[in-house]
Amino acid sequence: MFFNFVDELRAAGIKASFKEHLVLLEALDKDVIEQTPEQFYYLSRSVFVKDEGLLDRFDQVFNKVFKGLLTNYGQNPVDIPEDWLKAVAEKFLTPEEMEAIKSLGSWEEIMETLKKRLEEQQKRHEGGNKWVGTGGTSPYGNDGYNPEGVRIGGESKHKRALKVWEKREFQNLDNTRELGTRNIKIALRRLRRFAREGSPDELDLEGTIEGTARQGWLDIRMRPERHNAVKLLLFLDVGGSMDPFIKLVEELFSAATSEFKNLEFFYFHNCLYEGVWKDNRRRWAERTNTWDILHKYGHDYKVVFVGDAAMSPYEITHPGGSVEHFNEEAGTTWLTRVAHVYPATVWINPVPEKQWSYSQSTKMIKELVGGSMFPLTLQGLDDAMRELTRKKH
Amino acid sequence: MRFEGTSNYVATDDLKVAVNAAVLLRRPLLVKGEPGTGKTVLAHEIAKAVGAPLIEWHVKSTTKAQQGLYEYDAVARLRDGQLGDERVHDISNYIKKGKLWEAFTAPQLPVLLIDEIDKADIEFPNDLLQELDRMSFDVYETRERVEAKERPIVVITSNNEKELPDAFLRRCFFHYIKFPDRDTMQAIIDVHFPGIQKTLVSKAMDVFYEVREVPGLKKKPSTSELLDWLKLLLNEDMPLDVLQQKDPTKAIPPLHGALLKNEQDVMLFERLAFMARRQN
Repeated sequence: MFFNFVDELRAAGIKASFKEHLVLLEALDKDVIEQTPEQFYYLSRSVFVKDEGLLDRFDQVFNKVFKGLLTNYGQNPVDIPEDWLKAVAEKFLTPEEMEAIKSLGSWEEIMETLKKRLEEQQKRHEGGNKWVGTGGTSPYGNDGYNPEGVRIGGESKHKRALKVWEKREFQNLDNTRELGTRNIKIALRRLRRFAREGSPDELDLEGTIEGTARQGWLDIRMRPERHNAVKLLLFLDVGGSMDPFIKLVEELFSAATSEFKNLEFFYFHNCLYEGVWKDNRRRWAERTNTWDILHKYGHDYKVVFVGDAAMSPYEITHPGGSVEHFNEEAGTTWLTRVAHVYPATVWINPVPEKQWSYSQSTKMIKELVGGSMFPLTLQGLDDAMRELTRKKH
Repeated sequence: MRFEGTSNYVATDDLKVAVNAAVLLRRPLLVKGEPGTGKTVLAHEIAKAVGAPLIEWHVKSTTKAQQGLYEYDAVARLRDGQLGDERVHDISNYIKKGKLWEAFTAPQLPVLLIDEIDKADIEFPNDLLQELDRMSFDVYETRERVEAKERPIVVITSNNEKELPDAFLRRCFFHYIKFPDRDTMQAIIDVHFPGIQKTLVSKAMDVFYEVREVPGLKKKPSTSELLDWLKLLLNEDMPLDVLQQKDPTKAIPPLHGALLKNEQDVMLFERLAFMARRQN
């Protein structure tokens, strides 16, 4: 039953499995729903879709698989009352058009044809070239029963002309995102090194038992909580060519801030020079000297640059090459310094890896960070984190 | 035992199907949706509708899965051992039952609400997989097995702060509470404020949906905010024409504190009003 449906769902990228299929069958077996298409739609939706971003895709697949199958299912055959037909005609026809139709034959004849067409339409439930329900030119309403169409007879039996799944109410939520925050976090987890540091605020049970046994009286031992001791410096490129990647970088950033306790982040533009900043609105007023960073944060910090590395080669190689200000020392100098102070340095590039070779500056920067440039994809992040763990300070 | 919504909770058809499926098949129901669309309230209403007691487990960032099963108070036992208390010989005296245990062994079939599961550590849902699937777990200290006589009805809410693992999702029914359209919203308001003036509601809803349409809002106001706001408007006896005025220079709706919960959003509105004034 419905194997076709499961296949189609999987083809559309909804991770439907055998397990869910069994659940659906079990639910049908237990009469969870009344036997109507809508209820079946709701049930299968709640079984197969677990992410609101996929709801719209599900609606489309459902429509494709069950189109025509469910139309008359569990409902009375259509009968169209005479006066209602008239009402429709009057509602949608201008007097001129009425005349034009009348020239085709008697009113009764026309109505008879319309009735037939409507019935036929009901069965086929889609456009075609018949004049009831095709796009625009028909006098009986523009798109017939189709989603965007005029719902002929909204109050009558034809209410079901527009199925719930055809409304596609969840269209806005569909996001074919490549990286969810969860996935990013899982990738970042590679970079964990647990250590107990700081104030003792957790009961050390083993220590306490041992101490108590040794002393003969209750000896409570406390210890600091286990934290991820990895320290991270994050440099983010902002503005200009980075704009298309804002969403992606935001996700990475939010995942990183929740994953690492010792995280410092700074912004730069295009290439690293003598100053960076923490607040983009006050980037000119409140700058941090890059030297200060190199001095303040120890060698055990790991450095991650996030930027597209797309710029004019002069911005890297020449003093004064920066597009925004006059830099006394070239970008190469600064990047070399950072790579020297922090052996664990990687550059994460949101631009797809395939395009890197087209940009001179990308190749140069990749060289400057010792070849450790990774694309901002799950695999890339994973590799970058591995690289960082491998490079012990 | 069918869930049809209650006298003070408006349930849409798709929600009813999802709830009934979860209740009949006894699989967890995962509810997502914008904050304030009635996720937590739903569990209360299901409990009320099926006449079952509600056990609430509010998850925080520090909550561990184990705490839902049981906790072993080793320190108390050590202390009692020192004092020569008789209780010390029975380890089960120091086992504290968690919410899941409570739900599994409740005399009457309960509804278990696991609220805001996404708040906890990223591994939290994975740690509960087996327990929720089999509805049983082992207590290692006393070598006993806690097993649910009847599988409880489990409702899980999530705010989408963290995504949930696939294996966990496979075991749940899922429902996304979509933001109510005007008709549903009208029904919700009728349930909460019977006899409220129709014009006030329709004006307030105009303003409300307009506010939601403003691009760039950090936190869009939701159902619960609209209800609070209406309550305030009623309390203050706000004259109707205040809501009606279409003067863009006063873009901030009256008593906006109930609708806009974020100072950046209030500032956004002030800026819009300022820009409108300058244009005139």
